[in-house]
Formats: sequence, structure tokens, C-alpha cells
Amino acid sequence: MTITLNGEKKEVPDGMTVTRLLEFLNIQRQRVAVELNLEIVKKDKFEMTTLKEGDSLEVVSFMAGGISLEYGV
Amino acid sequence: MIDDKLVIAGIEFQSRLWVGTGKYKDFAETKRAIEASGTDVVTVSVRRVNIIDRSKENLLDYLDPKIYKILPNTAGCYTARDAIRTAMLAAEAGITKLVKLEVIGDDKTLFPDNEATLEAAKVLVKEGLIVLPYTTDDPIMAKKLVDVGCSAVMPLAAPIGSGLGIRNPYNIRIIMETVKVPIIVDAGVGTASDVAFAMEIGCDAVLLNTAIAGAKDPIAMAEAMKYGVLGGRLAYKAGRIPKKLYASASSPLEGMIGS
Repeated sequence: MTITLNGEKKEVPDGMTVTRLLEFLNIQRQRVAVELNLEIVKKDKFEMTTLKEGDSLEVVSFMAGGISLEYGV
Repeated sequence: MIDDKLVIAGIEFQSRLWVGTGKYKDFAETKRAIEASGTDVVTVSVRRVNIIDRSKENLLDYLDPKIYKILPNTAGCYTARDAIRTAMLAAEAGITKLVKLEVIGDDKTLFPDNEATLEAAKVLVKEGLIVLPYTTDDPIMAKKLVDVGCSAVMPLAAPIGSGLGIRNPYNIRIIMETVKVPIIVDAGVGTASDVAFAMEIGCDAVLLNTAIAGAKDPIAMAEAMKYGVLGGRLAYKAGRIPKKLYASASSPLEGMIGS
């Protein structure tokens, strides 16, 4: 299925949960937050949240940056 | 200075110098500058995880969470909606309920959009976050932000990255008299004397980034900032002499020869 991940279309296996997706992408779940179709997915809901075709996901974390700067990473 | 800790919403801070993490050459330099500054508060932005290249290091791997408090910011947000989303994601990522709220109004000056900041602050306080908003040096705005529940106010000294220092110390003083929360000067300081001055007039802390990261020798400047804060804070606590127009002799006049 195709989902939109951090603004880019991405092909992932059907029926993935958020937990599986993070594993698939090799992303450590600590220090990340996930937004699914503009709603935050709590960490304790990662396991039970199954993704569907066309879902839009944001996966964010903390990056270098001070005061209105976008540097590093 | 032992009992001179800064406390915001029940959280104790060791240092009155807070630093940003942008604009450094690499993470190793960032870490060395942070260590030299003596800070325990480091502000970071919230950004999309790099999906394509997972080999890249993360800044947080360089910073010991036992030493440093991570202060997520909403840098780069231009609307209340984006700032709220970003702050809520930061809180969900799970390090802290603290957030430095920034809603930028214009990319030339990077002045805050105060109206949007207030709107976002209201929502985020209701959501249980500890909101520290970046604002102009406007006492009325500071009062409004505190009235909606902000735990500190972060007025700018001057435009972000400008290095001009506190351009309106009188407004900063009025802000300190107007609101009863800590005042953290945020943005626009250039060098150690700017930081010392902010502390001397009674500000509770200073947050800076470019002044260190952009210096020719960031590590040395970080150390200079540390002493600037310490010197300024001590001078404030010591209570300076009043300014006078005329001289007053510091040596006794009694016992002069020829008298």
C-alpha cells in the first residue's frame, strides 16, 4: 500500500501497525512522536494502530536548532 | 549564590545561561560549546525524522540526559496551528512538558507574531504543557501571556541572530515589574557584556545561540558567556551603587599633609 510519510509517498507492506512501520524504517521509538492524519498517536497505541492505504504520517524527533534555525541533521 | 537557583513551574535549573544547538560545524563542536558554557538547558527543534538516511547521528546521542534539560522549541512555525502541532508532538516524544513557544511573524526580522503566540499559548497551557513564549519586549503582551498561564516570558533583546544586545532595557525592566514569572531574555545578544547586562538589570536567564555558534572561536565564547552570566547575576544580587553626575572621593580627606 502507498502512504504519505513525512510528505513523501512511500510503498510499505499492507496492514502494518505503527510499531511495525518504525521497525521497518529502522527508527527507534524513544524520542519520536507520530501523527496520523493530523492526529497524534500515543506511544501506547503504536501497537494497535494499523495503517491503511492513503494514510498520511508524520514521524518527528528532536534536531539541532536554536532560535528559528534549521541546521544540522 | 548557593540558594540562587532558577525555578520555573517547579523545575529547578542550575544555569541561567540557556543555549541553542543550531549553526555549529558538527555535533562534536556543539557538545564542546555546550560544556564550556556551563549550561544545563539546551534547546532543540522538532523536525521530521530522516527516513531515507538512517545512518545520520542524532544530537541527543551527544548530550547526557542526566546533565541536560532538553527544551524543545517551535522554531520555524509561522502559524498558531503549526506551533500547536509541533509543541504537542514534542511533548508526545516524551522528554518533557516544557516547550519554548515561537510563532514567527516575518522571515526578515524573525519578530514573533504576538497574536498567534498568545492563541497558541492558550491552547498549549490547557493541554498541560509548560509554556515559555518568545515575545517582543512588550510589557502588555508579557502580561497577556502570563494571564493565559505561561510559566515564564522570553522577550527578545533584539532580532534573532542580530547580536545587537538589549535594545530596550527600560521595557525589559517594566516587564519584570509587570509580571511575576521568570523573565528569560531570548535572542539578539552578541557578546558576554550583553549577557552580563541582562543579568545586572535583573533578568532571570538568557537564551542564546548565534552569539556562541557564530563566534570565531565558539568554545571560548561559550566560556565567556558563562562568566558574563555569573558576573552579571552576582552584580545584580550585590546591589550596584547609584549612578551620580559628580565625583565622590574614595580616599579619606583627613590627615592630608598641609591641612
